[in-house]
Amino acid sequence: MSVTVLDPTDETTPQVRERTARPESLAGLTVGLLDISKPRGNVFLDRVEHKLSELDATVVRFTKPTFSKPAPADLRHEISSQCDAVIEALAD
Amino acid sequence: MAEHSFADLPADGLVAVVKRDCATCEMVEPVLAQLRETNPDLMIVTQDDPSFPAIDGVVHDADLAVSWHADIETVPTLMKRSAGEEVERTVGWSRDQWEALTGTSGLGPELPDQRPGCGSMSVDPDRIDALNAKFSGGASSRRVEFAELEDEFEAMFERGWSDGLPLVPPTPERVARMLSGTSRDPSDVVAIVPPNLIEASVEKVAINAVMAGCKPEYLPVVLAGLEAVCNDDFNMHGVLATTMGVGPILIVNGPIRRELEMNSGMNVLGQGNRANATIGRAVQLCVRNLGGGRPGEIDRSTHGQPGKLGLCFAEDEEGSPWTSLAEDRGFTADTNTVTAFCGEAPRIVFDQMSRTAESLTASIAQVMLGNVHPRISGMDTVLVLCPEHMARFSDAGWDKARFETELRSHLNLDVDSILRGVDGIGEGIPAGLGLEGLQLPKFPEGGILPVHAGGPAGLFSSVIGGWVSGPMGSVPVTKEIVR
Repeated sequence: MSVTVLDPTDETTPQVRERTARPESLAGLTVGLLDISKPRGNVFLDRVEHKLSELDATVVRFTKPTFSKPAPADLRHEISSQCDAVIEALAD
Repeated sequence: MAEHSFADLPADGLVAVVKRDCATCEMVEPVLAQLRETNPDLMIVTQDDPSFPAIDGVVHDADLAVSWHADIETVPTLMKRSAGEEVERTVGWSRDQWEALTGTSGLGPELPDQRPGCGSMSVDPDRIDALNAKFSGGASSRRVEFAELEDEFEAMFERGWSDGLPLVPPTPERVARMLSGTSRDPSDVVAIVPPNLIEASVEKVAINAVMAGCKPEYLPVVLAGLEAVCNDDFNMHGVLATTMGVGPILIVNGPIRRELEMNSGMNVLGQGNRANATIGRAVQLCVRNLGGGRPGEIDRSTHGQPGKLGLCFAEDEEGSPWTSLAEDRGFTADTNTVTAFCGEAPRIVFDQMSRTAESLTASIAQVMLGNVHPRISGMDTVLVLCPEHMARFSDAGWDKARFETELRSHLNLDVDSILRGVDGIGEGIPAGLGLEGLQLPKFPEGGILPVHAGGPAGLFSSVIGGWVSGPMGSVPVTKEIVR
């Protein structure tokens, strides 16, 4: 079970941490593709994956349980620990 | 069967709270059936098994909300309500009391006259903290959810909450338990914490106290300690910003030292006692996490000192022939206080040969003359006298005032020997101030704070040098501990 704690700080900084800097090149990096579970998002991401592999990027695919809610903390952690960059796809 | 909240208790009528896992509750099952006949509105609340008792309309208190809000400590509990208020209650089984409360006679004729009940699930030690956290209005602090695959201890390090040592995760349950250590409202503002001048609520302090490893009963000392450092006199902002390796040192006086089993004896300035180690740490975590006082940012200390993790100790008042530090500072012996002193790391006063009060006093003074630097004066100091050294003064019949007078007679600096450049040393006081030929006191008036503490054996006292004294620096501050 995940642990919830109370924030010990003054809460003036956002709980969500800063994004990492945008990479100069995707060559050799691991790129996560996050399907938010809207219809045909996979079609779009298949094409993106193909394009990324041409750039020598390693692609890992992820899927949110539902598009209507933010990605669960576990999924965010999994993506952040496996990937150098992430592309989130919306499609309808 | 339905889930009910506290608000659903009937405005008028009878309410019985029971659980299957209680022999007395099982025993009174026929009595409840009997009462339901005469009181169709009797509400029966069951804590564990929704099919118990086997009577229609039993309410399952699955989240124990009814039991918690109604302060049920024992089952069975039978309550009588009128106009939305509880007017009477009885716990366990007593035929006389149940008959009196319900106005019914002939209840449970085959039952014994009385039988004690069992503990309510709502006061089960494994559940009470979670229930308090859930129902007591809830914490107002932001909730931070860690991922399931995230190690919570690593996650707290990553968020920058730690002083470098592991933290106890401040779950809502632990924080609720910590808050039980004080009568103060969680939203009360304790202090404005430098350097960012952030209002610290009792709840925020409790969160940091959980992380530091405090027990709930330590919380009032942490609250008073934070108050003691967060004011213009103590000048926490300056204490952080100085490059000199000083930090807040807390000294506890009064009966609470014994209640919390604080160490005032062997290894008093060292490790090994939970209250000593965690109270000071909690105050420093508040300065870090609430005030934003982090090393490398506003904390600019060149070396720091190990006590900046949170040095806190108690005075051995019982073993001392003298008044305590708190008494010297205007508090009575039965008042609980914490004194904050801005100090460097403790330094040992090694004297194993002095057998008279005079010899030992002169000897201690020689070490104290070296505080900070032999040519620098005007800074305060705490002098932690060990019991075997203190014995020399009690044998001689010296009180604290006599000791300080004798001590000060050895603590004057000859200006001519501490001028800049003398003996080829650049440090010192500048020439031309008209002080040549005079003597300067090493310590300002009131700037020596003797404290009695330490193990029973060993001829080692300690001095803890201060930072700039007075309004230009830091003034020691004593606060009463309010529970």
